[in-house]
Amino acid sequence: MSTAETFPAFVSRKSFIELDGRARAQSLFDEGTAKELVGPFDGIESPWLAIQGVAPQADDGCIVIKGKIGGLPAVVVSLEGAFQGGSIGEVSGAKMTAALDLATRDSEAGKKTAAVLLLETGGVRLQEANLGLAAIAEVISSILALRQHAPVITVVAGTVGCFGGMSLAAGVSSYVVMTKEARLGLNGPEVIEQESGIDEFDASDRSLIWAIHGGEQRVGMGEADALVEDDADKIASTIRGYVQAGPPSEHRSEQVKLYRDRIAALDTSEQIDPMSLRQRWNGNNTTGGAR
Amino acid sequence: MEQIEFDYPAAKRRIAKKAHVGVVGSGDMEVLMDSASGEGAHVSITTSVNGFRDTWKVVFDRFFSKFDGAVRIRINDAGATPGSVLLRLEQAVEVIEQ
Repeated sequence: MSTAETFPAFVSRKSFIELDGRARAQSLFDEGTAKELVGPFDGIESPWLAIQGVAPQADDGCIVIKGKIGGLPAVVVSLEGAFQGGSIGEVSGAKMTAALDLATRDSEAGKKTAAVLLLETGGVRLQEANLGLAAIAEVISSILALRQHAPVITVVAGTVGCFGGMSLAAGVSSYVVMTKEARLGLNGPEVIEQESGIDEFDASDRSLIWAIHGGEQRVGMGEADALVEDDADKIASTIRGYVQAGPPSEHRSEQVKLYRDRIAALDTSEQIDPMSLRQRWNGNNTTGGAR
Repeated sequence: MEQIEFDYPAAKRRIAKKAHVGVVGSGDMEVLMDSASGEGAHVSITTSVNGFRDTWKVVFDRFFSKFDGAVRIRINDAGATPGSVLLRLEQAVEVIEQ
């Protein structure tokens, strides 16, 4: 392909990653249907940050917008990765849980309401410790309740990625959508290095990080469902597809035996490389190149 | 952590719209601008960087030398420089004057 063919497409595409949390959420809705709930002017800030010398944010870094996606009712919860690393505190966790629970209530009343979680987060907000941990437990149980009625779609676009407790929320979602730039994992690279040493994981080695946590690898291993380019239109149309498809017949997190057997079958006497793991677990569905 | 308040009683033009711009990320801040409940404009700043009250005063004096809206401005700041503060304020003005 010549540069003349690729250059205009690259320039004219609308990046999703470059949007802030609110604009990302708004970009997913059908024109004119989006309505923000508990927005910044409602002033529900974290009561814990100021007493620890950290400036709060008026929406606590959690944006909740209700509307229609592809003509169907949906709620989008977007975490603002630029505020405290998208971390989950008491307020942001409560907003997310309430949004999911209201979607469950509507779904049970016959109005199936899908949820889209835009996760750019390092997990629990350390300044709010136990409240953040409790919030994550609540979010996960709310996802489990909603996914019986309507799909819960997690999008990890980057560049923060999705780590810690919120990676568990991604794990129990109906579908996970990632870009090549995104990362998803329980322990982030720096945590692994700190806990197990640089021999175990070199957090400065970017190609290693993306080979383990990156979107291509996650989709390649079958731990995420779609690898989408960083393009707001493509991400929106992928989400529309999943909203219309409804929940899968069996969620990934319900396939306990499959994953137990897979892990039991691994030979840990040799170093397993990312590419062979993709081939072993996902066979011919492997997308993207080796890193 | 510092809480700073200013009043600009001369700013009397009524404003109907609201604006919210910016993120409380490192070196940045968020501005919430809506119509003031009383006469004149009121500014309330929550900043994680202490000791810059005079600098904030200079920035707002300059801002209100050109802007006359009776607005309530609330700022959550994570170390924005005076230049970015003015840019964020102008961005908010652009939204409410649209």
